[in-house]
Amino acid sequence: MSFETFMQQLANGISIGSLYALIAIGYTMVYGILRLINFAHGDIFMMAAYFMVFSMINFSLPWYIAIVLVIISTVILGVVIERIAYKPLRDAPRMSIMISAIGVSFFLENLATYLFTGVPKGFPDIPFLTQAANIGGISLSVATIVTPIITIILLLCVLFITNKTKIGMAMRAVSKDYETARLMGIKINRVISTTFVIGSALAAVGAVLWGAKYPSVMPLMGVMPGLKCFVAAVLGGIGNTTGAVIGGFILGMGEMMIVAFLPLLTGYRDAFAFIVLIIVLIVKPTGLLGEKVTDKV
Amino acid sequence: MKKFMSLILCLSMVLSLFTACAKNDSLPSSETASGDSDVIKIGVFEPLTGENGGGGSQEVGGIKYANKIYGEVLGKKVELVIVDNKSDKGEATTAVTRLIEKDKVVAIIGSYGSGVSIAAGDIIKQSKIPTMGASCTNPMVTQGNEFYFRACFLDPFQGNVMATYAINSGANTAAVIMQNGDDYSIGLGNFFIKSFKELTEDENSIVATSEFQVNDTDFNAILTNIKSKNPDVIFAPSSATTAPLIIKQARALGITCPIMGGDTWENPAVIDVAGKDAEGIVLSTFFDENDPATEEAKSFVEGYKKELGDSEPIIPAVAALGYDAYLLVLDAIERAGSTDGTAIRDAIAATKDFEGVTGVINFTDEGDADKNIAVIKTVKDGQFVYIDTVEVKQ
Repeated sequence: MSFETFMQQLANGISIGSLYALIAIGYTMVYGILRLINFAHGDIFMMAAYFMVFSMINFSLPWYIAIVLVIISTVILGVVIERIAYKPLRDAPRMSIMISAIGVSFFLENLATYLFTGVPKGFPDIPFLTQAANIGGISLSVATIVTPIITIILLLCVLFITNKTKIGMAMRAVSKDYETARLMGIKINRVISTTFVIGSALAAVGAVLWGAKYPSVMPLMGVMPGLKCFVAAVLGGIGNTTGAVIGGFILGMGEMMIVAFLPLLTGYRDAFAFIVLIIVLIVKPTGLLGEKVTDKV
Repeated sequence: MKKFMSLILCLSMVLSLFTACAKNDSLPSSETASGDSDVIKIGVFEPLTGENGGGGSQEVGGIKYANKIYGEVLGKKVELVIVDNKSDKGEATTAVTRLIEKDKVVAIIGSYGSGVSIAAGDIIKQSKIPTMGASCTNPMVTQGNEFYFRACFLDPFQGNVMATYAINSGANTAAVIMQNGDDYSIGLGNFFIKSFKELTEDENSIVATSEFQVNDTDFNAILTNIKSKNPDVIFAPSSATTAPLIIKQARALGITCPIMGGDTWENPAVIDVAGKDAEGIVLSTFFDENDPATEEAKSFVEGYKKELGDSEPIIPAVAALGYDAYLLVLDAIERAGSTDGTAIRDAIAATKDFEGVTGVINFTDEGDADKNIAVIKTVKDGQFVYIDTVEVKQ
């Protein structure tokens, strides 16, 4: 393999990895607070992509306004889902909430199929993001370069919020023990809503960047990214934000490298993600940066 | 109280799931509500959602139009029962069983996508319901199945046509991208490889073959490998959902060689999603509206153009095939004089010089339309444009 091909694959890996990372943060935050694997997260991501299509193509808004609008509507969707499907189950066994999440996921997929049909829609062209750049024989779109940078900036924001602000302190308290946190006067509903706001906003940003790279929007587009980002979150240690980002990068890079070095195995690329998941769960059940949780009896 | 609320919530969520599904399913059942024997029911087995939803809908459009024009046979009204196989092999068997067991159709038309047709083949064979495929091109659809026929050409032929075209336009090396587990894509890809090697008389003329999975969206890794091999042409038989992603990512990586595909690419979604990057792609298809082969074709082009209005810029070839498939079935029922499955089957097999929209149709012993003409098209200024008609002696 020539140096240029290798660098190109490296760039591909960083690019897809940072997209996985962005969506994985949403999984990991919700898990950290609620101990809930939010299976609907991939579908919220899908809805965000549709919102972008509608605001730019049907209402012909310029992209910078459309992005703001998409983030706001996705956040509303995320919070509404939490209120309707998860909040009433707060004291129910954890399994019930998880089943509720799976229900929401199917509901969103079927709703989108019913409303928007199964025919893929083209993602609107954001000229700024889809410009091609050529650096020393490596072809990249601006989106490819911008995505990792945005991911890192957003990670730092999330870390700042959770570690330095009052609401972040409340989040950490709730994630430790929410009964006690409630007794201490923390409004846990507000804390949980904030978590969903952040997670959904990141899913919206992820959807815009994903669409700029893979411009085909359809009802089931969230399924595979959703699963892979879940794997990324588990890989990094679910509940740990930095871990989710590292997990996303490892997964993206691994997928590209298996194709780069073993071209015969390209068909098994998706299997790679799940093999990694199994190995991690066997060797280090808590993930790379996960903390050991002692179960309270 | 909380427990009660959560129970209600769970229930309503589960119910809402069912209503969402029921809405999809109620489409056909509302059309079949009448159980009287004054109608003859023909099942339409097509993907309306999922990967091939776009192409399937186009094909259904042609079948519905044919039903509108020729709505009667043996003095009875013909009723279409449309089921969605969701581009999924598992759903396909359920959908076909439903048509046969519940709706009691006398014949079936479909499906777009060879994989689902092959999956449904056994059930069709066992229940002896004559079935007419419109655009399923994989040889295995009709092989060893005396009740499955088809109105289109086959993949060995299509692969040969594309390989011939590639070589005639100066290509010496090619790379092939196929979808793992998709009978259409793998079949067509391999027939192309075989023909290309034979025609160039060079075992190494295929410089790269790559496979991807259903619902994959990222082809950068595959394409980067292909770029380093520098082929003269890329052949990527794939669905209209996947094609624009491959095309766009190839161009973004700086791959400039021609990219070719099969009949599935003649779909506005490809141009819509790929935009400027779709310019110059090459595909083979069944039919060209500017060159009607028969009288039936002329009236079809005129009438269906009006029917489509502005919704589609050109008549999709699969709509023409859907139209032909419907007429072939109707013609056979007429000649059989009954709605008995085996009688209709025999009548279809005996079809002679049937003037369809896509040419004059006769069936081979295997049940395939005996066709040796394919149309090659490209994309220019955001439109599918006719390049050539290729005739291959088989």
